[in-house]
Amino acid sequence: MATVTFDHVTKRFADVVAVDDLNLEIGDGEFMVLVGPSGCGKTTSLRMIAGLEEISAGSVRIGDRVVNDVAPKDRDIAMVFQSYALYPHMTVYDNLAFGLKLRKVAKQEIDKRVKDTAAMLDLGKLLQRKPKELSGGQRQRVALGRAIVREPAVFLMDEPLSNLDAKLRVETRANIARLHQRLKTTVVYVTHDQVEAMTMGSRIAVMNEGRLQQVGPPQELYDHPVNRFVAGFIGSPAMNFVDVALTGQGADAKLSAEGITIPLPGRFRQVVGPTTDRKLVAGFRPEHLELGETADGAARVDVKADVVEYLGNEEMIHASAGGRDIVAVVDSAARVRPGDILELHVAPGKLHLFDPETGATLVAERELLPA
Amino acid sequence: MDPRLITAVVVVVGIPAVLVGYIAATEWVLQLLPQRARPRIRPWLWLTPALAFLFVFLVYPTIGTAIRSLQNADGTKFIGLANYAWFFSDSGTLSALKNNVIWLVLMTILCVGFGLLIAVLVDRVRYEAAAKAVIFLPLAISATAASVIWLFMFAYQPPGTAQTGTLNAVLTPPGIGPLPFLTISGFSFNTILLVCVMSWMWTGFCMVIISAALKAINPELLEAARVDGATEWQVFRGITLPLLAPTLAVVATTIIITALKAFDIVYVMTNGNFDTQVIANSMYQEMFLFSNFSRGSAIAIVLMVAVIPVMAFNIQRFQAQEAIR
Repeated sequence: MATVTFDHVTKRFADVVAVDDLNLEIGDGEFMVLVGPSGCGKTTSLRMIAGLEEISAGSVRIGDRVVNDVAPKDRDIAMVFQSYALYPHMTVYDNLAFGLKLRKVAKQEIDKRVKDTAAMLDLGKLLQRKPKELSGGQRQRVALGRAIVREPAVFLMDEPLSNLDAKLRVETRANIARLHQRLKTTVVYVTHDQVEAMTMGSRIAVMNEGRLQQVGPPQELYDHPVNRFVAGFIGSPAMNFVDVALTGQGADAKLSAEGITIPLPGRFRQVVGPTTDRKLVAGFRPEHLELGETADGAARVDVKADVVEYLGNEEMIHASAGGRDIVAVVDSAARVRPGDILELHVAPGKLHLFDPETGATLVAERELLPA
Repeated sequence: MDPRLITAVVVVVGIPAVLVGYIAATEWVLQLLPQRARPRIRPWLWLTPALAFLFVFLVYPTIGTAIRSLQNADGTKFIGLANYAWFFSDSGTLSALKNNVIWLVLMTILCVGFGLLIAVLVDRVRYEAAAKAVIFLPLAISATAASVIWLFMFAYQPPGTAQTGTLNAVLTPPGIGPLPFLTISGFSFNTILLVCVMSWMWTGFCMVIISAALKAINPELLEAARVDGATEWQVFRGITLPLLAPTLAVVATTIIITALKAFDIVYVMTNGNFDTQVIANSMYQEMFLFSNFSRGSAIAIVLMVAVIPVMAFNIQRFQAQEAIR
């Protein structure tokens, strides 16, 4: 087991900066998820830990050892690839045993470890099969097994669930979480799927355009995103953003746009200061929009429902407010119909404000937020 | 009218007309059959012309050659297996047989070995396309032209005269040469040189095919092996080579067949003299030099029988690969 540390790591491909000055500490036994849209540098970061990508500047440490110039085979890591990368000419048994054979582990020990791992992943009956005779889910488990059997200090996983169908993905997600609880090995997990990130990570590192945006436990990212990118990326469906104008002062200060009126919540007063007539971006999550009478101090959003998607216990409303698209998730008991005029509101504590230029959250400091 | 023009018109108009007529005729025949039988019969009707051509131009001559190989020189009397007995006892043909074994083994090793080596190496250089084109170029030259080029390379002049051959021009000043390369038959030296010329031509072919197979290997497999703890050599031995094995087998059998049929280089460079005879050249000489068609036929049959197992292996391999897809 080991920690993994990125210390001012930069990776350039010709003149493209794939990873820009990354600083990140991954604790021993932690399940760290690197998440971001494609091309954000998450896979490149993972491959730099593996030693499959050279580091242009800075250093990567596994434990206390700087591994910049250490070959992949000497890093004590195991990796699960997106394509699984099972050796097609070897049986499942040989796939699992390959790494151990190369390390000159005794035959009996290899046999024991392969069988233990196979039992753990329910692969016992498949040991003599070739990869092409396996289903997608089985291949995925062999790929996991090949990493587990080595008992490495760090597991690296590169979108290991992206080739599975939806049902299997949910199952395997839980299985990987269970394995992590049992093995307590450090895991660095790359995905573009924020649901995977939220459900699996002990901490999540959100990346965009090569830069680390925010690191924290899932709930912190959800409740206190540091900028508009993280706010929009974490959470599904994505947060609604509205350009608003700030008018008035003190207790009368409010944010407004066509069809939207938001009394400025008290915690923002100090940050906004005495300036009036300022442009801001208001953000609120679809699941925080509520139907019914607007209470004092709550933001009010008047919309016309365009499309209603029934999801069972909830329904997703695609609506418009002054030409802007607003998505709301409400209790399906409300029975909203397309064309309905609705009054939605957001509790003041659930409102996010962003600087329109920098995208930064206006109140990032935790102590300013109500408990 | 010019009779050639008439021929041309007949060919240009007549052949398509016959083909269309044939298809129309088959459809007409099919109309007479019950509906359910048609899908099974139709492919056979369409295949018939091709099979007929194959029979007339391949099967029939093969049978004819087999019969001819059992007759005497002027084809007037059956003499049993005497021609085969001659082939397997005559010192000339036995030497050709021995040389063909050298061809087969050495050419396969050289072509596949260097083809693999170069394919792996060019995969890692920047000007891959240019490097591959240069290596592939010799195959684009006719074998006769290649032979002439190498005759210049090996050319020999008596000591004391100016050496026009490239190799001797290099070897003579330090006192090693001049060497009469193509007449040195000890340890089959000259045969080996001829094999090298043919390998020079065919290595590019092997390289191109192996290189394509190499590119088809998922790079994540090699990365997985590296992470698993393999050195570059172990990655090659443990992953790359086994995955290339089916391709190597196909390439090797192609080269084996080419080696068995080796003729043009020997014909142009030594014409089988100085103990460099090969089966194909002795067949040619029996038929067109000594006008003994029966012995030539016997040699042809031996050659064909030698090729059959290799072909069968190749086809089997191909089908096995198709089955995986």
